[in-house]
Formats: sequence, C-alpha cells, structure tokens
Amino acid sequence: MKTRSEILFEKKPSNNLSVFITAGFPNKESLLEIIPLLENSDCDIIEIGIPFSDPLADGPVIQQSSAIALNNGMNLELLINQVKQVRPLISKPIILMGYLNSLLKFGIERFYESCHEAGVDGLIIPDLPLHEFKNEHELYIKKYNLDFIFLISPTTENKRALELAANSSGFLYLVSSNSTTGNINENKTDLSEKVMTLKNEGLKIPVLIGFGIKTSNDFTKVCKYANGAIIGSAFIQMIKNSNNLQKDIPQFIHNLKTKTHDHSIN
Amino acid sequence: MQAQITKGYSISKNGYYGNFGGAYIPELLYNNVNELVQNYLQLTQDPDFNKELNLLLKDYVGRPSPLYFAKKLSKKYGAKIYLKREDLNHTGSHKINNALGQALLAKKLGKQKIIAETGAGQHGAAAATACALLGLECTVFMGEVDIERQAPNVSRMKMLGAKIIPATSGTRTLKDATNEAIRYWINNNDSYYLIGSVVGPHPYPDLVTRFQAIISKEIKEQLLTAEGKEDPDYVLACIGGGSNAAGAFYNFIGNERVKLIGIEAAGKGLNTEYTAATLQKGSCGIIHGSKTFLMQTYDGQITEPYSISAGLDYPGIGPLHAHLQETKLARYLSATDEESLAAAFELMQEEGIIPALESAHAFAVLKKIEFKENEVVVINLSGRGDKDLDTYLKHFN
Ligand SMILES: Cc1ncc(COP(=O)(O)O)c(C=O)c1O
Repeated sequence: MKTRSEILFEKKPSNNLSVFITAGFPNKESLLEIIPLLENSDCDIIEIGIPFSDPLADGPVIQQSSAIALNNGMNLELLINQVKQVRPLISKPIILMGYLNSLLKFGIERFYESCHEAGVDGLIIPDLPLHEFKNEHELYIKKYNLDFIFLISPTTENKRALELAANSSGFLYLVSSNSTTGNINENKTDLSEKVMTLKNEGLKIPVLIGFGIKTSNDFTKVCKYANGAIIGSAFIQMIKNSNNLQKDIPQFIHNLKTKTHDHSIN
Repeated sequence: MQAQITKGYSISKNGYYGNFGGAYIPELLYNNVNELVQNYLQLTQDPDFNKELNLLLKDYVGRPSPLYFAKKLSKKYGAKIYLKREDLNHTGSHKINNALGQALLAKKLGKQKIIAETGAGQHGAAAATACALLGLECTVFMGEVDIERQAPNVSRMKMLGAKIIPATSGTRTLKDATNEAIRYWINNNDSYYLIGSVVGPHPYPDLVTRFQAIISKEIKEQLLTAEGKEDPDYVLACIGGGSNAAGAFYNFIGNERVKLIGIEAAGKGLNTEYTAATLQKGSCGIIHGSKTFLMQTYDGQITEPYSISAGLDYPGIGPLHAHLQETKLARYLSATDEESLAAAFELMQEEGIIPALESAHAFAVLKKIEFKENEVVVINLSGRGDKDLDTYLKHFN
C-alpha cells in the first residue's frame, strides 16, 4: 500500500513544503491547534518533532522549543495520542522526527505500532545508523507500512547517498549545509549540483531540502532542483512571536510559497 | 615469565563492545567520524607517531609516573597498596595522556583547529596545554555553571591561549558542553574534536582507551621491579566517563588473576536523587553518540547527575565499562561525597598527598573490600587536588 507521502509526490512532484513543529510547544496541547491549521494552509507535509533533552542536530530555536515542550510535560505517549486525536481531520502526511533514545525507552516495536495506529506516515531519526536500521527497525517500518527518511548532506559521498536513498521511502532529506537546524550557511550553491549528480546516478526518490530555509526566496531557489523543502526554525520562531495563530500560520506559509517578495522572517 | 594476557574483549567493525558503543551520529558528522575510523589505528600504531608521542610523554609530561608504595595505608588496610601517581603528570592529571595523543593525531590528519569539552576544566586545561605546545588553535566548550564553579581552570585555559565558549543550553554543565562541542563540530567540519574521556561515538572510546593504556603498561613494568610479578591482585580507579579506569585496566582486562574495580560517584547516596553512579542507577540508551548506560527519565530524557566532584558528574559512561560490567570482567562500586572526603583527608594525613576529589573516590572503597594479607592493590591516583582546595577547606575541621 502506498503511503500518503508517496501519493503526494506522485500527484505533485514539485514545490512541496514540509513544516516542522515541536510537539508540546508553545503549550502542551498546541499540536491539536497547529496541525489543523497546517492542514488548511498551503503546506504539504506536517513534521512533528519529538521533544528531547539533548537534541544534538538542532540549533538554538528548536532546542529551546524542545526544552519548553518538556517543561510543559510533553512526552512521546502524549504526542502519539494527540496525533491520533486529530488524524481523522487531516489528509496530509504526518512525519515524526526524533532522536533514537526516545524510541529505545518507549520500545521499538511499540513505537512503530503506535505510530501506525495513530496515523503517522513516516519517521526521521537522524542518529539511527544504517546498519541498526536494517537490523532492528526496517522490519517494523515494513510491517506497519511506514516511510523511513534518511538524511544526506552535500558532503555525503554519492555511493553512500544512494545507499541511504535506497533504504529510504517517501522522500529523502538533503540537509542544505553542514549545519545544525536553523543555522544560515552561505554556500548553498553546490546543492543543485549534488541533486543533479545523484539523479544522474539513478536517484529516484523525491528530495526535500532541509535546515536553514527561512524565506520564500530560499524556498523558490531550492524548488528549482529539488522536490521541495522543509522549514523548521523560522516557523517555530514565528509561532513564538505570534498571538494569533489562526491568522499567522496560513499567512506565513502562504508568504513562503509565494515567490514575488522576499519575506524575511527574523 | 608472565603468562600471555588474553584481551577480554573485542570491538566489532561498527564499534561495539558487546551490546554497547557504536556511532549514533547525524549524517552531518559521518565524514568526520569516518575519517577517524579509517585512520586512527594506522596512525597510532605508526612507529614515527609513537616515537614523537613517547618523547613528549617522557620529557614534557614526566612519564613514567611513579608507582609509589604507600606504607602507612598498606599497614592500615592489611594489603600492599601502591599508588599510580598520575597526579604528578604535567597539568596534574591523567587527562594530558589523551590530550597530547589526540592533538598529535589531529596534527597528522592535517587539522589546525581543535575543539574540546570540559566539566571541571581538567581536560580543557590539558587540551589547551597540548594545543599551545603543538601550535594548534584551541576552543573549549564549558557549561556556564561550571565556568562559575571552576574559575581558576578557566583562567588557566585562557592564559594557555584557548578560547572558552560558554554552553548556555540545557543544564549548562558537562553534558551540555559536550552537546555544544558536537553542534559546533557539525557546523565546522574542519575542526578536530578532542574528546576528553572514553565516551562519544566510535572510535573515540577506543582511541582514548589506547592513549590511556600507558597507565597499565607502566604498572606492569613497575610491579615487576617492585614485587617480582606484573599482576596486582586489585586495580582500583574512579569513574567519570571512565578514561583513567580504562587506562589502568587495559592491560589487565581478561586476566583472571587481577580484580578490576571501578568506583563511581554515589553523591549523596545511591538511593537518593543526587548521585552519579551511572552503571548502578542508570539504564541503557544513547548519549553523545554512544549506546551505553546513562541517567535518564522513564521517557528517555537525559538527567543531570550529582557528585561533589565536578569530574565525575557525567550522566553517561564509556561503553567499554558497560560491557565489562555486563561480562563481569570488572566490578563497579561507588563512594559517596562524604566517604570520598574522608578518604581524601586520610590520604593527606597518612601519606602527605592531596588527591583530586575524583581520585579520592577510589580510595574510599579501601574500607569496603576485605583484603588478604600481602595482596597487591594498585590505586590509580588520577589527579592532584589543587583544584579542589576550596571544597576541601569547606569540609576541613
Ligand atoms: C583527576 C580526575 N580524575 C578522574 C576524572 C574522571 O574522568 P575519567 O573517568 O574519564 O577518568 C577527572 C575528570 O575531570 C579528573 O579530573
């Protein structure tokens, strides 16, 4: 059976926007409000961060949102229940992103089974090594019809990138610079080349560009060679400053996807 | 002749010690870590590398560190107690063995920029020293809380030319300094991460163990002279991340004649919330890229351990020790703040040595073990206590 992400990219191969929000931020129950707002916005994929005390691959904005979420009493069980609660209203793919330690404590099979039951479509676990994915996770990904999305970077050797792609489903994540989330890095130029090379060498899976996307300009630029992009830190920053999510979320996403102006978000 | 030592453990291709270890890192660090994996064995076994390192260890660090027979302690505890004097090393602890080794390795790999984490500042100071000596740029990450608690070491690192970056995330201590160092490394791939203990992703636990293994190599040579045999009956060492213990154990691991005992910090007691005894109170998970025991909540959030000693309050432990415990190749005990302070004062008064608070934990278990007469006990005195004078003064009466 095809996953929601696979169906999405078949129908709409380009300009896909994935939006990242930390569960439990700014309030414990915020997902229940934010997910439906994202469903009704121009975004294409909803990505939910599992808050963790030590998010190694994340920059300050996501770190802080994670700390606030934990302070609010957020945990993985609650997160899955919240997704389950809103899922009947949501047609877009929902992807969870988290660190391996959270899964280990929860129980690996219990985690994937709960994701399946809650209507989660895919997982991103940046610190899970490929060999351990194959040995301990892949069978559950298959059993519960989930996508698993690996990350590659511009410096990932092509052979390795293709191997990671071959083990991914739904899409592949190309992190746009050697940087933790939210960090702006100047030399994004080699990205298009990287994607082209990989496609020439047989990459078939859609590629989303992540980490450091902040403006509609950034989005437009990467959509020329990739299937879309992910925005995280800038979205969370906006949420933090907003006192009207009903208005600000659709507006923010609309602005990002409209290429006429460069709506810098600080 | 001594019997051949059989190594009691092996490390798998992916860096596992049995069920522990590995490299749980984001893809962004893959190339950096892989560069080390591909090169560390060859480089550290290279004769020229070792010639250069050994010369520095001898003339700069002052190795071999003495193995001192502690007569009065021996009498008191009814065993032959020897102290391995890592406290007499340049910079005052075993940390310099690893810092010099890795700094030299970094140089061979063509790296100019070194980053390091530090808690108490001992590893930071050792790294700053090694970098000053070898002409490398040094940036040290240190938790904001520790910067306040360990002001003299901060000044020391600065005078040695290191740049200090305060870690302001999380609990603002060693765990977060390590997170920040790793994040910086992700963003600055040209840096070399000089980790301070047998923790982190493969190959760091093995790399650091190898640089500390000189401790047990010397113990064997020195015991042969002093006792006519290479093997002691016991080796005792304190455990933070586990590097001085790994070094003191290394050449005895799998040798049935030698009992290896690691001592964790029990803090205010094993049955309180204020403890750092990871192997006894923690559970298996992932910390700083390694699968090992760590202090965490039911939900997998890493918690802040407590010990009076700033070098022992790391929430994880090197995967080698998790493995040695599981396979019973070593045993792990603990000592409270109070027991360790008492042991430190005893060492001062009996032998005229002011130990680091970390090292004092190893001495505290002398009271907990029943030795047979003439058993040979080696305690790794991992560092000196200059940095802990304030704490000692507070408790001295
Ligand atoms: C003197 C001394 N001993 C022991 C330790 C603990 O580290 P490890 O367990 O890696 O030897 C430290 C750490 O700062 C130290 O300074």
